[in-house]
Amino acid sequence: MPTEALIQLLIPLLLLVGAYFIGTELERRHYRSLRAREHASRRFLTVTFPYEPPDQDPVDVMMVTGSVVVSVDYFKRFLAGLRMLVGGRVTSYETLLDRARREAIMRMKDEAKRKGFTAVINVRLETSRIASSSGNNKGTAAIEILAFGTGVKLRPRATAA
Amino acid sequence: MILSNTETVPGRTILEFYGVVTGSTVRAKHIGRDIMAGFKNIVGGELKGYTELLVEARQEAIQRMVAQAHSMGANAVINVRFTTSSVAQGAAELFAYGTAVKVQ
Repeated sequence: MPTEALIQLLIPLLLLVGAYFIGTELERRHYRSLRAREHASRRFLTVTFPYEPPDQDPVDVMMVTGSVVVSVDYFKRFLAGLRMLVGGRVTSYETLLDRARREAIMRMKDEAKRKGFTAVINVRLETSRIASSSGNNKGTAAIEILAFGTGVKLRPRATAA
Repeated sequence: MILSNTETVPGRTILEFYGVVTGSTVRAKHIGRDIMAGFKNIVGGELKGYTELLVEARQEAIQRMVAQAHSMGANAVINVRFTTSSVAQGAAELFAYGTAVKVQ
């Protein structure tokens, strides 16, 4: 059946093209929003070590987290499949993970702000694969990025002279 | 109960150590969520259903850890860490652990 074969070929192709355009547009939007939010919160103290400002006292302490679960789209998986043939950088996966990490950090910062903290110290990032562990292609391959740190509320030290 | 992932509680002195406290939960994916995630998987990006599921699960793991610390008479858990591992296809274990202490 030539028409049946054509349809069988056309559906994945359409999915591929559709996923490419939607995926690219979503990615562009996400990057734009990330840049804006990162710029807006750049003065919010966020460090990856247990920093305690010498002139300020921590008055409130609590852990904060932010997480994102992402998956790879149809087109990216296809691209990566091609890439596997020759090896090298898989740019399409790189941007996905980059976006997810930055988003997780933003969420952590947002939670800290919402809870009234003025800084997040000792930030850690973790990456884990949460689905399709059996290795077959069925099921959804998803990756969780978790950002966590200790939110602190700092208050300028009353200098007792 | 104070939680921190630093080795001390900033601004406070540790009075007593009670040892390691842990909390974990194993969650399976909801079939409906999995179907939605499958659709979402075509265009890629965030799987909101899974994010919520894991946030919820992690909260429960933390609560169990806190309950254990509480029963020891601690008022803080320091140096908290998380691990996530898939124990079976479609199920993930979320695990939180830390050191229970009494601070000022």
